[in-house]
Amino acid sequence: MFLPILLWTDALVFLLIAVAGAFAFHASRHEHLRAPWRRVLRSPAAMSSAVVLAAFLLVGILDSLHFRPAIAVGTESQMAARLKGGMSAQAWAPEVKSALDVLLERMATRKERTYSAPLATHAFSKETMELPGGGQSREFPRLKFGGAHLTDPADDWSGDILRILLRGVALALVIWCALTAVLLVAVRPNKTLNIGEFADATWKGNTDVPWRAVLVTLGVLLLVAVPAWHLSANYHVLGTDKVGQDVLYLSLKSIRTALVIGTLTTLIMLPFAVLLGMMAGFFRGWVDDLIQYAYTTLNSIPGVLLIAASVLVLQVQMEARPELFPTAAQRADFRLLFLCLILGVTSWTGLCRLLRGETLKLRELDYVQAARAFGVSKWRIMMRHILPNVMHVILISVVMDFSGLVLAEAVLSYVGVGVDPTMISYGTMINAARLEMGREPMVWWSLASAFGFMLLVVLSANLFSDAVRDAFDPRVSVVPRKTRFVLRSQRAGN
Amino acid sequence: MSEVLLSVKDLRAWIDAGAEPLRAVDGIDFDIRRGETFAVVGESGSGKSMTALSILRLLPEAAQIVSGSVMLDGRELMGLPESEMRDVRGKRIAMIFQEPGTSLNPVMTVGAQIREVLARHLHITGTDAARRVVQLLEAVGLPSPAHRAAEYPFQLSGGMKQRVMIAMALAAEPDLLIADEPTTALDVTIQAQVLDLLQDLQRQRGMAILLITHDLGIVSDMAHRVAVMYAGRLMEVADRARFFGAPGHPYSRKLFESLPGAARRGGELAVIPGQVPALTEDFRRCRFVDRCGAAMPVCREGEPAMTELAAGHSVRCVRASDLATTDGAAIGHRSAAELGHEPPLVALLKVSGLKVHFPIRKGVLRRTVGQVKAVDGIALNIPAGRTLALVGESGCGKTTAGKAIIQLIDPTGGRVELDGIALNELRGETLRRSRRDYQIVFQDPYASLNPRMRVGDILAEGQLALGDSRDPAVVAGRSAELLRQVGMAEESLGRYPHEFSGGQRQRIAIARALAVRPKLLVCDEPTSALDVSVQAQILNLLKKLQRELNLSYLFITHNISVVEYIAHEVAVMYLGRIVERGTVAEVLGAPAHPYTRALIAAVPRIDAAGARPVVRLEGELPSPVNPPEGCHFHPRCPQVRNECRSKYPEAVALSETRTVHCWLHGV
Repeated sequence: MFLPILLWTDALVFLLIAVAGAFAFHASRHEHLRAPWRRVLRSPAAMSSAVVLAAFLLVGILDSLHFRPAIAVGTESQMAARLKGGMSAQAWAPEVKSALDVLLERMATRKERTYSAPLATHAFSKETMELPGGGQSREFPRLKFGGAHLTDPADDWSGDILRILLRGVALALVIWCALTAVLLVAVRPNKTLNIGEFADATWKGNTDVPWRAVLVTLGVLLLVAVPAWHLSANYHVLGTDKVGQDVLYLSLKSIRTALVIGTLTTLIMLPFAVLLGMMAGFFRGWVDDLIQYAYTTLNSIPGVLLIAASVLVLQVQMEARPELFPTAAQRADFRLLFLCLILGVTSWTGLCRLLRGETLKLRELDYVQAARAFGVSKWRIMMRHILPNVMHVILISVVMDFSGLVLAEAVLSYVGVGVDPTMISYGTMINAARLEMGREPMVWWSLASAFGFMLLVVLSANLFSDAVRDAFDPRVSVVPRKTRFVLRSQRAGN
Repeated sequence: MSEVLLSVKDLRAWIDAGAEPLRAVDGIDFDIRRGETFAVVGESGSGKSMTALSILRLLPEAAQIVSGSVMLDGRELMGLPESEMRDVRGKRIAMIFQEPGTSLNPVMTVGAQIREVLARHLHITGTDAARRVVQLLEAVGLPSPAHRAAEYPFQLSGGMKQRVMIAMALAAEPDLLIADEPTTALDVTIQAQVLDLLQDLQRQRGMAILLITHDLGIVSDMAHRVAVMYAGRLMEVADRARFFGAPGHPYSRKLFESLPGAARRGGELAVIPGQVPALTEDFRRCRFVDRCGAAMPVCREGEPAMTELAAGHSVRCVRASDLATTDGAAIGHRSAAELGHEPPLVALLKVSGLKVHFPIRKGVLRRTVGQVKAVDGIALNIPAGRTLALVGESGCGKTTAGKAIIQLIDPTGGRVELDGIALNELRGETLRRSRRDYQIVFQDPYASLNPRMRVGDILAEGQLALGDSRDPAVVAGRSAELLRQVGMAEESLGRYPHEFSGGQRQRIAIARALAVRPKLLVCDEPTSALDVSVQAQILNLLKKLQRELNLSYLFITHNISVVEYIAHEVAVMYLGRIVERGTVAEVLGAPAHPYTRALIAAVPRIDAAGARPVVRLEGELPSPVNPPEGCHFHPRCPQVRNECRSKYPEAVALSETRTVHCWLHGV
């Protein structure tokens, strides 16, 4: 039994997915919209990064399915008392969990006391221990969970790791083969081509859609994920942090925060930037002056201070009304949403400026003049002639901002005005790890994990958006490639 | 003089473009002798520029030279190591480009850029170099050269920049100068100056010139020998006299026939049907066969070899010799059929005192400190079904005038009357409704269609805004009808503009303008971005539409031969004002204003080569911010008098249809 909880950001994430789905449906029914996406499908880099992005998205969505589990209320008499008191028969746990938490339960619950290195069996620092026979000694204590099943870690450790790894790799290969088979059957273009031929074509990279790239990326992903999953049963794959939490768990939980900040913020800022930028460029005159003054002023206020002020005001307000937030998660979530909002308000100026310049250029073009000669209304010209022609600028800027926003969150969390301290994010991870960089020996794994995961998200998003931009630009059609040409006569001679 | 300087054999340069290579240059052979001008003519995309770049081995990344040899003075250039090739470039072979604006480094002074060449190739530095720079700038006719050498490119006008480019090219005294469309970006009067300069320099220094151009007029003026290039191959090589007297290849003949001009008024221009074949094809037939009127089955059986018709005249055509004997009169003698009945001459458009001034604002408070008088009081009338050509050099305000007439720019003063309604007084919804009566066709067919809209949507836009019906079926039907009207297939409705060639795009742009059934069409240089054969198609189309729909055209152009072909009346603009106006025969036959005379004389022509009067204008168009006192033209006028300097001349009527603003025709 559980009580589903829809947090604000969950709702917006699902809305975003629904809109994307609706657009995909719309595009699939219109040939001229489908054609550029088909070009995206043909790009190996785009397809590979799409697989990685999809994996991240899956984690993010799983982490967005929130609920409160039921807790045992106790004896029947207690239950009767509750009923009498007007309360429901079922009681719900105070903490909100997500589907991902359930999947990663073993990582979440097995907490060590403090730092431990990746795959370690002993703690990272020496502790003073009471010897059974009295007296004390300073040594590295065994971890409570990491490698706890080993009787003699010094001898058994490497063998155990190797065994688990091999098992993981074998399983990964099995899963990969199964997925490959399913994929090949599902996407086989026409039924006349037999499956062997299609597999052969895929292997040689001769298919229309680069399935080979997809399968290779999927394979690499599985080869990393499945052994890691197996290892996580007995070890902390990426070590533990200061309070003994599993770093892999933290990294996976941070994905949702990063995706939410990266997407919702741009979603909030887009209407401002697009509308105001296009208006400034198209109407010129006093509208332009007003919008320019607005964003110049906003730009000259130090962003961090503005955000800090807003967040602090919000914090005070939230503390004054605790009844609005039944759980800590809901409070943290509201703060995240507010952070997206305020980041959106402060970050629209860059795109707005870009779009103003682009619109200034476009409005002088002949086709806009021709539309004006038809007496087409200004809004219609903006929607039909300007907007589609600045779409690539928006697309690129959104993806570039994505990484910038994920980083901005880290900075803000450091100042203490970012996400709620209880919220797991790359920002809080980096912030916590930052202090340990000066330690000797260095605690590197928290920072490295956050770095690696963020790099992967941003890089795949960048590669994907590059392909999308190229596909949507009608002028780019030639793919440069270096081959030596051979003349007919020379060919005949050979 | 007849010693061969550069010899090109079987040169092929291909571009990597997906599955099949693009055979941009596909096996060409020619020789250039010392001191001669060898012109390569061809339409855009025929591989002219690629040929020049191949000779210098300066091809873009995606292209490569597949085979061939280029011998300079008996030395093979293709096998030379890059370091030695750098000594050839600039020192033995120099090149000047089409766009002087982008060929000079904007952050280096002109002198420094020339000194770089001197130091690299002749090892001249210091004061010697400075002296050489001044000499060179003097040689290319730049006024006050010592002063100019210290200036930056942005301080020079287009014509002056091209002179600097020529000075740079000449710095190391090359044996061969490659001029790739050297005057295409310049106005006719400036073009005439630059071409004269090139000829003078060639006479003095005896260097050879490889002239690449699309303009047969320039070829006729400049060239000793001519090569015609088509789809990567040379189709004909001949002496100038021979080429213009008796062109051998059907393609060359068609090119001549598609040239507009006075002789073809009333008739249709010859068009070359179809399009240039895709260069990805590995041709095993004559590459012109699909468009050739004289094609025979044998033409498809293999690519014809060069046939020598006479000494120094060879043609790549199997029928060259029998075609040459059958008709010598193929070019230029189509009888000028008389115009049909004269339509009644009620003025449809009446413009009087039209002014467009742009304020120049400065400072924090954006105060107006001056006016750019782009259009400064022009008057013109166009009767229904007639064409008025507005002629002038760039910057004279002709496009601004056109846009002000159709109310895309608010006029500062004056009156624009269409069918008795004063357009400049209309506002809001009435102005919007009136827009169906006047439309515009732009110069650049690549910028005038929204790349993100399908042709169907482009054609529907005007109908939805102003048309009779918004019913999708009616709109779609009308769009299809429009496409048929401009000679295009209905299937084009679902396609995007980038799938069409320049000529097809211009047809779409014309169809878009016609969608609301206008009475007046402003054509803003509709053919200047197109090749000659495509231009002929568009001009034919415009004439046909005028006949069928009784359209009036305001035809804005700088091309005199187009005016001769299409216009009934002509108005010549200089610095925001009309200096002369009248029928085409009057104005172009016997120009009264010195500017008109100079303008007409500056146009290179293929017919009366050498016989035309030489009126060369000095200097360039003054700025419209601060026009000269008195007659605007007096600083450049060869017949300037005292009164010209003090007072702008009033209009003088020379005949019923003709007025001129000039003191020479004083009262």
